[in-house]
Amino acid sequence: MKILIRNGRVVDPASGRDAVGDVAIADGRICESLAGEPERVIDARGLVVAPGLIDLSARLREPGFEYKATLESEMDAAVAGGVTSLACPPDTDPPLDEPGLVDMLRRRAKALSRARVYPVGALTVQLAGERLTEMAELAEAGCVAFSQANAPLSDTQVLWRALQYAATFGFPVWLRAEDYCLARGGVAHDGEVATRLGLPGIPAFAETIALGALLELVRASGARLHVCRLSSAGAVQLMRAAKAEGLPVSCDVGAHYVHLSDMDLGYFDSHCRLTPPLRSQRDREALSAGLADGTIDCMCSDHTPVDEDQKQLPFSEAEPGATGLELLLPLALKWGALRNLPLAKTMARITSDPARILGVQSGRLAPGAPADVVVFDPQASVRIGAGMLRSQGKNTPFLGYELEGRVRYTLVAGKPVYESA
Amino acid sequence: MQSNPQLNANGELRHLLSIEGLPREVLLGILDTAASFVGVTEREVKKVPILRGKSVFNLFFEPSTRTRTTFEIAAKRLSADVINLNIAASSQTKGESLLDTVANLSAMQADVFVVRHASSGAPFLIAQHVKAHEHVINAGDGRHAHPTQGLLDLYTIRHYKRDFSRLTVAVVGDVLHSRVARSLIHGLTTLSTPEVRVIGPKTLLPTGVESLGVRVFHDMREGLRGADVVVMLRLQSERMRGALLPSAQEFFKHYGLTAEKLALARPDAIVMHPGPMNRGVEIDSSVADGPHSVILPQVTFGIAVRMAVMSMVAGTS
Repeated sequence: MKILIRNGRVVDPASGRDAVGDVAIADGRICESLAGEPERVIDARGLVVAPGLIDLSARLREPGFEYKATLESEMDAAVAGGVTSLACPPDTDPPLDEPGLVDMLRRRAKALSRARVYPVGALTVQLAGERLTEMAELAEAGCVAFSQANAPLSDTQVLWRALQYAATFGFPVWLRAEDYCLARGGVAHDGEVATRLGLPGIPAFAETIALGALLELVRASGARLHVCRLSSAGAVQLMRAAKAEGLPVSCDVGAHYVHLSDMDLGYFDSHCRLTPPLRSQRDREALSAGLADGTIDCMCSDHTPVDEDQKQLPFSEAEPGATGLELLLPLALKWGALRNLPLAKTMARITSDPARILGVQSGRLAPGAPADVVVFDPQASVRIGAGMLRSQGKNTPFLGYELEGRVRYTLVAGKPVYESA
Repeated sequence: MQSNPQLNANGELRHLLSIEGLPREVLLGILDTAASFVGVTEREVKKVPILRGKSVFNLFFEPSTRTRTTFEIAAKRLSADVINLNIAASSQTKGESLLDTVANLSAMQADVFVVRHASSGAPFLIAQHVKAHEHVINAGDGRHAHPTQGLLDLYTIRHYKRDFSRLTVAVVGDVLHSRVARSLIHGLTTLSTPEVRVIGPKTLLPTGVESLGVRVFHDMREGLRGADVVVMLRLQSERMRGALLPSAQEFFKHYGLTAEKLALARPDAIVMHPGPMNRGVEIDSSVADGPHSVILPQVTFGIAVRMAVMSMVAGTS
């Protein structure tokens, strides 16, 4: 199918292009120009044409948690949010620790033909932190990296061996930095707000201590490490130093963490119960600045649909997580506007930068690249409400907010998979 | 952030969830109302008809004898019907959710829910979901708040010391886990108490406790010097093992209130304790039963304070 997207503001962070023009698509790829007439012309006047979003963490809840969300609902949510590629963490039930499960997930996702799904395999069997999974087999089945999701890996000996083993084959390891013992029982950032609300705290050094250990193990093993969901100023500092040292490391931040802090817990708003916890305003500022200066490589949604029953509970009993696929673009735009960044730089954090970490060809509009494209109206505002979210998870601290950035078209491999009026 | 969920559009008390955020006038209003009920509790016929025909549900998701009993007495003296539910032993174990439990009781025409829950914030969640004519009173939620206890502490201090504006109040012991301490501290700062101190080992003081407006002392003798009011907190037995404290004996040696340490406070200092006391752990018997102790009057005032709160949120006259 030949498609011509005309007269849009074409923003391609990888090449630095930001100019009004056309984007031509043929045979599922971006091309220089079309030979012959396009079968479809999309008028993008006044709209932004950019690479489709790449989200490094979106829980699709299959297999095992279909009552929270299904592949259908979440893949709809993805393309409605302009997300054309997503990595899904292994914390399904059962976890993604066997090639058969990974294969099935990929087939199911492919059959829906919406966004591309990149499964992240479990680093240890059952995510129990004891035995290594068959990483090479899992990679063959399609796993792009290995992770513990939010499950602890408290045995440092196992962690060391896992990193060594992954490094043997060059498999990237994606881990969240959190000292299990220090975080145990905690539900909020250990600080003034948790003290006032009487909530058990997780200190910021639960993150920096674990990150220090991880970086030391990277030095020892040579593993490629991607640190997921930074939450503290101290961790940003450690990552900056690790990169300056030349370690093979990268990291991301959840979209919520550059906008919210523990102050947003208000009167125990369980929508702000997240893993890791929202920390202080100082931490939020450091994360936002670190994302701008490139210390933090990219922003992800950390999409976690939670059913209403599990959120309508006292704060510490509520299930952590927020829905995010449909908020990633507006939250990234809001962040970029607050920091006064050029649009291409803002978009890089949700397109070309995560593409680099994922090691995929998409995330750019260069000729020959897969035609994964989002066309959006950067000024049109969206009122976040349960009714407009396609995800089965309506759990977001941004309910009722007006956010700018409305997706008009999403194309995956040159096929329109989402359109809105 | 949401507006203060405890107050109605006219700034009157609709629920009592926390002392934090209550305006000074509302706090003083509760204490004044309580003073008027102290007389009732001393009469031969200890009843007033303020809540006649209304139902008060004591909803205790965590075991408690003392607080539940004083709420029950307070409600009965206001002529309300009282229904006691120990949920810890019933529907929650059958998997019914907190809000379902409340909705069911609401269908039985409740007017006031008195809620105790092990999770901080649970009464806020309930207050967000009750009908307009229903009221929630927090009887202790996790480590967060125990506002009626805080109010009865304030009442007791006011009774003996009259004026908050020149007092030094020392709160001693396990502040980390104490909802009583948090409520009292908010009340004292709202009523312009110039010096509120917390005294304890670092393991029992929460991170950033200074932000509540208190001075921190780790040496009890130093912290008690010149105090007008000494509030001892209960140390639960499970805290005495493990990583927070090595032993009850060592705690008592450094942070237990003895006559010798109390002598450092003002000669007319009063000693308070929310109960139940661990004699020989946080307080010596000679002090608990001594002339400075106002621990039993606290209990008596507690009934008047709870009557005041219930009459203000749900009373008709």
